[in-house]
Amino acid sequence: MSSKDTILTALRASGVKPEPRPEMTFTPMMTDGDKTEAMKKAIEGAGGHWVELKEGESVDDVIARLFPDAKRIASNLKQVGCATYNPDTVDDPRTLNETDVAVVDGRFGVIENGSIWLPRATRHKALYFISEALVVILPKDRMVDTMHEAYKQPELADDFDFGCFIAGPSKTADIEQALVIGAHGARELTVLLV
Amino acid sequence: MSSHSKGAEKFLADKERTKWHDQALFFVREKRDRMAHGVPEWEALRQLASDTKLHTMTHLADYLEEFERNATANGLHVHWAKDADEMNSLVLSLLQERGAKTLVKSKSMLAEECGMNPYLMERGIDVIETDLGERIMQFLQKPPSHIVLPAIHVKREEVGKVFEEKLGSEHGNSDPTYLTHEARKALRQNFLHADASMTGVNFAVAKSGAFVVCTNEGNADMGTSFAPLHIAIMGLEKVIPDYEALAIYLRLLARSATGQPSTTYTSHYRRPINGQEIHVIIVDNGRSEILRNEAHRNMLKCLRCGACINTCPVYRRTGGYSYSYFIPGPIGVNLGMLRDVKRYSGNVSACSLCYSCQNVCPAKIDLADQIYDWRQRLDEHQVADRKKKVMVKAMKLAMKSPWIFRRALSAAQLIRVMPRWMIYNRLNAWGIDRELPTFAPKSFEQMWRSGEVK
Repeated sequence: MSSKDTILTALRASGVKPEPRPEMTFTPMMTDGDKTEAMKKAIEGAGGHWVELKEGESVDDVIARLFPDAKRIASNLKQVGCATYNPDTVDDPRTLNETDVAVVDGRFGVIENGSIWLPRATRHKALYFISEALVVILPKDRMVDTMHEAYKQPELADDFDFGCFIAGPSKTADIEQALVIGAHGARELTVLLV
Repeated sequence: MSSHSKGAEKFLADKERTKWHDQALFFVREKRDRMAHGVPEWEALRQLASDTKLHTMTHLADYLEEFERNATANGLHVHWAKDADEMNSLVLSLLQERGAKTLVKSKSMLAEECGMNPYLMERGIDVIETDLGERIMQFLQKPPSHIVLPAIHVKREEVGKVFEEKLGSEHGNSDPTYLTHEARKALRQNFLHADASMTGVNFAVAKSGAFVVCTNEGNADMGTSFAPLHIAIMGLEKVIPDYEALAIYLRLLARSATGQPSTTYTSHYRRPINGQEIHVIIVDNGRSEILRNEAHRNMLKCLRCGACINTCPVYRRTGGYSYSYFIPGPIGVNLGMLRDVKRYSGNVSACSLCYSCQNVCPAKIDLADQIYDWRQRLDEHQVADRKKKVMVKAMKLAMKSPWIFRRALSAAQLIRVMPRWMIYNRLNAWGIDRELPTFAPKSFEQMWRSGEVK
């Protein structure tokens, strides 16, 4: 008998009484007031920053203002004219190393934890993690309250290969519980609200 | 003396560190409380998590098959391993068939359970732990002392010293930010050039054939972004029905574990990218046995968040190495007993039955009730403490006979007049490190009979 069959047979022979799937009997928490404002707080809570695109201001203006010293800016988005290269034209993801800023599109934000859904939309998924700073462009009208709502969004039913909820910059507290930003992923996360 | 008490003696020798350890973990516990209180439906959410796990547990074979079917359709390769040996040799052959020599690995308690690292390293694979805490422990050649905070017992100076030796960091610099960034620099090269990567699995979603890995550091994500092979290992209880269930567990996991509303990265692996191979190994290693064990099958609901460990007053004051099983605290006491009663029974006394663990567990596992149950059955398993057995027998005798009870009570009065050295010595374990309570001059019964109490 294969290991699979051995395991499944053992599980089926366990004699446990099948229990039905429980129903959700409560109403999950909801934001009172402005959802964008609530999301801003949640982003800060996760250690990230947010910037609201002002009238007449372009994404390029904001990036130039926030990262005046950036030498390598990666993006495959049309509206990011300041990108110094398109990461999709690169064959080897290793060459993405030492990118100062990566600019990507976020699909929706989750207010209860400040995370943003990022299904892979660049050739190499490394881009979401490897740059020193990550800028996520997020539409203000795409905020959901909780993870329950998040998983009901149409993007989750898409045929994505890799997708990640990202909340703030990479962090650790593995040395004496001291919080340090910038473990292995981006040291800085800026959400650009549009 | 139990194996736990013996282990605890070593930890307690450094009073300052014990105090720091206790406070640091209680701080995490308090963060967890603040998070829980921030979610009005918290208790209902825990109940739903527990009941959904129960449903899943009682349909495990079906959900595992569904996961395999959908994951395979997505292009993932699914393997099954009965035990640790089979998992280890599967991993080794996947690596060897592709000529892989270096493996960047994110945290997995299953790998620890199966002794995978030493197995692979003895066979020429360079296993590189990439979680900072795990990397520190690997450099120190010691096991983790906590399942979520592997190096919680290590002081920054020790990290500085071992980083100086292994990574060439500055002599005498033990600043956590500096050291973390030194590790970032060094591990970046490992991520870029490793032959293969490994992750654990926090959740395997049957309906979508995807699996989810949660980290704060982004080490799992960096690891899986370059190497052509990604091996994910999972205990078979990690399967859940669908995204609806996933939402429940993700809301609870980080809040319970570290007091964050979410981990930084919650990554969903659904299909391989750009020709990369993803292999998922589903491991039993005693879990189907646990399912058969009616009194203890609830242990299969565990999310490995560590909340029960952080809140445990015994763990906080005695550290992870006091336990003989590799997972400490209430969860480890129970999992150890399910692994091997004879070998790990020394841990069941490491519990004051305060029930705090049971009250914080996001899956509402009856951790303390189960420890109590194991204690009741120590004799049945022939692992009861002989001294305690004799004492309990004597107590039983005294409790059953009013005459003996009264004689014993008046004899106990002698303690009041005994010299200190006769009471506080090695023969009386209860007198070590604590003062005995003072005996009242009269028993309640004597007071009652003489009309002093009404």
